[in-house]
Amino acid sequence: MNLFEQQAANRRKSRWLVVFFVLFFAWLGFGGDYLAWQYTLGTPRGSYHHVFPWFGALLSVVALFLVMHIRRTGAEKVLWSTGAWALIEPATDEQRRLVNVTEEMAIAAGVPVPSIHIIDDPDPNAFVTGTDPLKSHLAVTTGLIAALDRDELQGVVAHEMGHVKNLDMQLMTMVAGLAGAIALIADGTGRVLFRRGRIGGRVGGGGGGGGRGGGKGGNPVLVLILVLWLVSWALAPLVTRMLAMAISRKREYLADAMAAQFTRNPMSLASALDKIEKAGAPTKTIRGGAAHLCIADPLGWKVSSAESAVAGFFATHPPMSLRVARLKAMAYQAQKASRDSAAP
Amino acid sequence: MIFFLIVVAVVVVWMVMAYNTLIALRNQTANALKQIDVQLKRRHDLIPNLLNAVQGAMDFEKDTLAAVIKARNGAITAAAGLDPQHVAASAAAEAQLTGALTKFMAVVEAYPDLKATGNVKQLQEELTSTENKVGFARQLYNDTATHYNTKQQQFPTNLVAGLANATTAELWEIEDAAERAVPKVEFRRG
Repeated sequence: MNLFEQQAANRRKSRWLVVFFVLFFAWLGFGGDYLAWQYTLGTPRGSYHHVFPWFGALLSVVALFLVMHIRRTGAEKVLWSTGAWALIEPATDEQRRLVNVTEEMAIAAGVPVPSIHIIDDPDPNAFVTGTDPLKSHLAVTTGLIAALDRDELQGVVAHEMGHVKNLDMQLMTMVAGLAGAIALIADGTGRVLFRRGRIGGRVGGGGGGGGRGGGKGGNPVLVLILVLWLVSWALAPLVTRMLAMAISRKREYLADAMAAQFTRNPMSLASALDKIEKAGAPTKTIRGGAAHLCIADPLGWKVSSAESAVAGFFATHPPMSLRVARLKAMAYQAQKASRDSAAP
Repeated sequence: MIFFLIVVAVVVVWMVMAYNTLIALRNQTANALKQIDVQLKRRHDLIPNLLNAVQGAMDFEKDTLAAVIKARNGAITAAAGLDPQHVAASAAAEAQLTGALTKFMAVVEAYPDLKATGNVKQLQEELTSTENKVGFARQLYNDTATHYNTKQQQFPTNLVAGLANATTAELWEIEDAAERAVPKVEFRRG
């Protein structure tokens, strides 16, 4: 898959993600409206009848507003959640070097220079975030700056510029923002819902004398919708987490390959990844919501060293050993090619 | 008749798309060259600072200093006429400047006191970075220009190449054999 196909695919996926998100909210809302309509259908004249789909209208508007809000402030939110601070005026030689390396890689990738942020964490890790490819934000931990030499740092930054260039960054930041929003809303409304469910049950039990109510309760379609609706409320956070996992794994290989293309030096990234893996400790400041953005899994799970069906299913990142192996293969081929061309 | 019209419509649509692709690539190539130009300017501006920082201590290395100044002036003159069809002159002048700078930095290495001063150390990092930036800008330009050249020569896009005024862009070749072997100028970090 070439760069343009990847960009097009990412644009398409970002669009579908937003559509899916809004439709999901609409389903949560209008589904509730339908249930409420059915529920109040048989109630006596004069009491409340749920006719206008208030929930659906409200939640759809909320979803659209959320999408717009995340587009505008998603990157800030991600950075804020990790406690990153913006590096504006480099104070030390190391910071100066980071700024220079970032500028170099932005040139190599042909993208605008990102703003640079530093996370005070001894574990080496890095990510890039933003909803606009013209305004990207690079965040690295202090551990990364300290552990890597200039070439290795270049490899890591090049990997991140790869994410910017092929528009992974937009998609991944949208996923982070939407997943966060869904988790928050499902958490809050879930509580309200279950409390209301209890009250409803009590009321239903108290006034359940009529045979009419019993007959409606047995409507299998209505029960099915009710179950589906409740399940989607409960599963929403899980589904978005799995989406984040599925979205980020293959991208890491591609970004590694792009880093090799930008630096013309696959071995520097390979040795950087090796160092990051050996550090092993979890990156404590980067929590679950932003995990799929990082160059290495911040949870530091052992799964990152094993390739098995189960491990692969739960990881947000491909096994580090495989990534290093692929980079080494690239280096070997480049070496072989230059030797072949030099030989005659 | 309808079949004929459909064929004509398809051909016209294809021509518009191919034409636009070529124009986009031409602009990308020009932009990539502009990137090199920006970095070259940075490099040319950096050199006087570097020379000032070492001047007092290195008065007796007159030849090395003079070579750098001469190469810089040559490079500035060459950069004035830079466009995608005329890259070779600038490339040669810049290669000469790189050679002079490498020699100059090797001389600086021989003066541990000089190298240790904060200013020189900072300038060294700046120079490393600038050299890298020139290198990466060149890499981006060559990649973009190759893409543009391939596109305008390939069938069937070559049929509209004349219409889009597409001409072969010159690649930024590295003249110096030594630089070809080691693409980046790296200084030992003290």
